[in-house]
Amino acid sequence: MTKNHKTASTSQLPNAEDLLKILAQKIHPLLQENTALVGIHSGGVWLMQRLLILLQDSIQKFHVEHGTLDVSFYRDDYSQRGLKAENRPSQISFDVENKHIILIDDVFYTGRTTRAAMNELFDYGRPASIALAALVDRGGRELPIAPQVVAANIELDANQNLQLVQQPDNTLTLALIHQNDNTRT
Amino acid sequence: MNNPQLDRDGNLKHLLSIEGLPKKILNQILDTAESFVGVAEREVKKVPLLRGKTVCNLFFENSTRTRTTFEIAAKRLSADVISLNVSTSSQSKGETILDTVDNLIAMHADMFVVRHAQSGAAHLIAKHVPPHIHVVNAGDGRHSHPTQGLLDVFTIRKYKPDLHNLRIAVVGDILHSRVARSEIHALTTLGVPEIRVIAPKTLLPTQVEKLGVHVFHDMAQGLKDVDVVMMLRLQNERMNGAMLPSSQEYFKTYGLTQEKLKLAKPDAIVMHPGPMNRGVEIDSTVADGEQSVILPQVTYGIAIRMAVMAILAGGSPAGASA
Repeated sequence: MTKNHKTASTSQLPNAEDLLKILAQKIHPLLQENTALVGIHSGGVWLMQRLLILLQDSIQKFHVEHGTLDVSFYRDDYSQRGLKAENRPSQISFDVENKHIILIDDVFYTGRTTRAAMNELFDYGRPASIALAALVDRGGRELPIAPQVVAANIELDANQNLQLVQQPDNTLTLALIHQNDNTRT
Repeated sequence: MNNPQLDRDGNLKHLLSIEGLPKKILNQILDTAESFVGVAEREVKKVPLLRGKTVCNLFFENSTRTRTTFEIAAKRLSADVISLNVSTSSQSKGETILDTVDNLIAMHADMFVVRHAQSGAAHLIAKHVPPHIHVVNAGDGRHSHPTQGLLDVFTIRKYKPDLHNLRIAVVGDILHSRVARSEIHALTTLGVPEIRVIAPKTLLPTQVEKLGVHVFHDMAQGLKDVDVVMMLRLQNERMNGAMLPSSQEYFKTYGLTQEKLKLAKPDAIVMHPGPMNRGVEIDSTVADGEQSVILPQVTYGIAIRMAVMAILAGGSPAGASA
C-alpha cells in the first residue's frame, strides 16, 4: 500500500507553544512529593523537556523525577507491523515503586500508546498512580482510557494525522497530515 | 541477486550470515539491541514481543554459551523456548535434518535457531521452511556466526563509538574461526578503516587479504597503536594434524600478555568470544584486567539476540506488506 501524504494548511490549528503553556498550568497543581514526569517518544519527550523548564520551581521544590519511554516493545500492532526501524531506549532511572507518575504525550488518539506505556511502566515497578497529560485530544478513542489533563480538544477524521513537530530552534508546532492509509497508530 | 535473508521489501527474514546484509539492516539490529540493554536492568526483565511464539533451538553441535544466551534472549522476549540437542537425539537414529525440522513445524514452531558443524546447514533449513518461519544461524562450520559478529561490533561501538576512526586487530586462529569472517564483514560494512589480522601463516585462510584486512605475523608490529584487540580461541577441536608446535609455543608468540598489550593504545579494549583457553591465547591477568570487556560481550550478546529475534518475528506475515 502506498501512502499519499498531503500536508493540509495548518493555519486552523492552535499554536502548540500556547497549548504548552496551558498544559503546564494544568499540570502544575498535580505536582507534589513523589511525582515523576514520563515523556512518551517522541513528542511527549519534547514536551516534557519544555515542562521541566516551565515548571522548574515546583519540580525543584518537590524533587520531581523524570524519564522517557519508547513503547515499541509493548505495541499491540507488532505482529502486523513489526518493529519500527528507529526505536530508542526507554530511560527510567528512578524507582517507579510508589511514585505518582504523570505520563506526557503529544496527541491522544486511540489510547493504544497509553496502554502500551502503562504496561511498560509496570515492568519497572508498581507506581502509586498514573495520570495522563496530552497536548491535544483528537477524538477516536478505542480503549477505556482518557487523559486527565489536555490543553485542547480537536475533532479530526480518521484519515487525518495530527503530529507535533520540533523545529530546529526547539519550538513546537502542530501539523496535519492527510493519509490514504488510514491505519491508526 | 536473490538474497535468502531478505524479503521482497528488503526486510530481514532470516539471519544466516553478515555477508549480504546492507548497512541499514546492521544498524537497525545494533540500534534495537541498544534498547534491549536497558530491559535487562529493570525489575521485570521481559518484554511481551514474542508472546505466544515458539522458538526452537536446534543444536546439532554443542555450544553451551551460545545456546544459553539464545534461550535467555527468547525468554526475555516472552517466547516459549525448546532447546534440542539433536546430536544426542533423533539424528543418531538416522533422521535427516529436514525431517527433524518438519516435525517441529508440525508442532507449530515459529523460529529456528540453528547450530551445525556443517557450513550451510542454516541456509538449507531457511530454504526449506514456509514463509512465516524464521531461521537464525547460531554458527555453521567454518562459515559464519552472525550474532557473535554483531555482538562484537555492538561491544566495540559501546566502548569506541566512532567506528570511522578505529584500528582493530584480530589475533589468532582466523582459519577455523567463523567469528572472524562475520566480524570482518560487519566492521568493513560499517566503515572501520583499518582491520588487521595477526596470526601464523598456518592459521590464516589463503587470500585473506581479499577480505580487506592487513596481515601481520608478528604481535609487536600488529598490535602497535590499535584501539581494539580481538583475541580468537585456538580451535583445538577443529584442527587436523599439526599446524602448531605446541600450545606453550603458541602462547609465547601469539598469546596476549600485559607486555604485548602495552603496544596497543593505552585505552585499547580486549575482547574474546569465549570460551577462553587461559594461558594459550590469552594471559589471565589480561583476561581479568581493566581493559578486558569479555564479560560485557556476553551481556551484550543477549541484547543482540533479542534484537535479531524481535526484528525477524515482527511484521508482514506471509508476504503481506506493512
